[in-house]
Amino acid sequence: MAIGKPKMPGLFKGMGVTLKTLGRTVTKGAETVQYPREKEAPPTRARGVIALREDNCTVCMLCARSCPDWCIYIEGHKTLAPPRRAGGKPRSVSLLDRFDIDYALCMYCGICVEVCPFDALFWSPEYEYSEPRIADLLHDKDKLGEWMETVPEAPELEAGAQKK
Amino acid sequence: MNALAIEIPYWGQSLLRVLGGIVAVLLPAGTIVYLFLFKMMSFMQSRLGPMEAGPYGSMQLFAEVGKWLQKEDTAPDAADHRIFKMAPLIVLLSTFLLVAAVPFGPDAWLTNFEVGIFYALAVSSISVLGILVAGWASANKYSLLGGLRAAGQLIAYELPLVLATLGVVIQAGSMNMQDIVVAQNAGSIFGWDGLGNPFVLTQFVGFLVFMIAVQAELTQPPFDMPIAESELVSGYMTEYSGFRFLIFFIAEFATVGVFSLIASILFLGGWGVPFAWFGWDGLDDVADWMNIGGPLILFTKMIVLSFLIMWVRFSVPRFREDQLQRFAWKFLIPVSLANIVATAIIKVVV
Repeated sequence: MAIGKPKMPGLFKGMGVTLKTLGRTVTKGAETVQYPREKEAPPTRARGVIALREDNCTVCMLCARSCPDWCIYIEGHKTLAPPRRAGGKPRSVSLLDRFDIDYALCMYCGICVEVCPFDALFWSPEYEYSEPRIADLLHDKDKLGEWMETVPEAPELEAGAQKK
Repeated sequence: MNALAIEIPYWGQSLLRVLGGIVAVLLPAGTIVYLFLFKMMSFMQSRLGPMEAGPYGSMQLFAEVGKWLQKEDTAPDAADHRIFKMAPLIVLLSTFLLVAAVPFGPDAWLTNFEVGIFYALAVSSISVLGILVAGWASANKYSLLGGLRAAGQLIAYELPLVLATLGVVIQAGSMNMQDIVVAQNAGSIFGWDGLGNPFVLTQFVGFLVFMIAVQAELTQPPFDMPIAESELVSGYMTEYSGFRFLIFFIAEFATVGVFSLIASILFLGGWGVPFAWFGWDGLDDVADWMNIGGPLILFTKMIVLSFLIMWVRFSVPRFREDQLQRFAWKFLIPVSLANIVATAIIKVVV
């Protein structure tokens, strides 16, 4: 044959593969699922959406400053809280007025979750929050708080690991 | 017509022929697109394909046609508008002209040409014109390259196509497709006539060459260099949208169907069953019910052959341009020439 090294055996092997897959799909069903009716559970550590535990947030702004897309908007104010011990001085605490994440900008790098020193941000595997209007992708702190319910339990620490 | 014992006026016959032609083009195209392009390709990739429109997605095709019809019919500013708009119609025209020569039953044909197969091979090359014209009129370098590649490829693979057909013509002793069908079904293998004599047995080399050439002629992968979507962004179809793209699409798959019809007539015995089964001696003896059964038999054979075409299409990666040309000129053409010589010698000797 004139066409260099003919790949005939490979050709038939490939056709065998497609025919075998055809038979398997007909008899045993496809590897895919029909999405809106049946859903595949995402892996527990999937990066679906970022959840906020408001009580832990100290308005330190680390997440907002480390965000590569500048998609986190934080406003807060200082106020006086009652003292811890009777007779002590009132404490100064920061309260969160606004904590928005714009998911139209977010690139799901997770730096904010990593950088948070007070465990206020968590990954949730939830992914169904697309919106017809792009402005609705800006999640405020109430909505980010609601995502907390979908955050899976943290896995057990390894044996011998230090607990802070 | 006489068998039904009713007189149909000429305009009625013409109308019936046009309707028959449209059915004969669109029915195979729709079947091939749904059965193979939507479902078989998906199954070969371990997915289900369209499932939402109708039961098992069977109405998907109508949804797609509706979508295309709604789209704007755009043309580039620099395009040669009249020719640009004509090109898809030329391609579709060649498909309709092709189906005109196909016999579907003893009396169920659109035209009974003495030189039917010659005519079919001639009009099949009209689509090359349409493709070249589409590539040129698009005023787009990718389209032009695609059109040129298509022209080069179609001309190269037309030769093995014609030469492979010649073997059949020599053996049947006729260019009339009806005669070729009769020759196969009335024939016998060494005196045993239980299977007729389908030419796929005696002309097996011709059959292989013909199917490979058809694959290339239809620009189906692995011979889809002219419409290579990753490098030429669909070649000559780049600038087409809406219903003009739809016409290209229909023409592509309708031509798969029509060429499968022609291949099953040339090699698999066409509409006929072996005449010995029912004791028929020739075309005049064939029972009238074959006018209904014949098209169904032919349709089944067409489905089998287009399954082969589509199976190769979904499995084999694309040839490089030089491999493609070398394969045609240095392998297929010599093989089919040798086949003709062998067939002619055997025909004279036996």
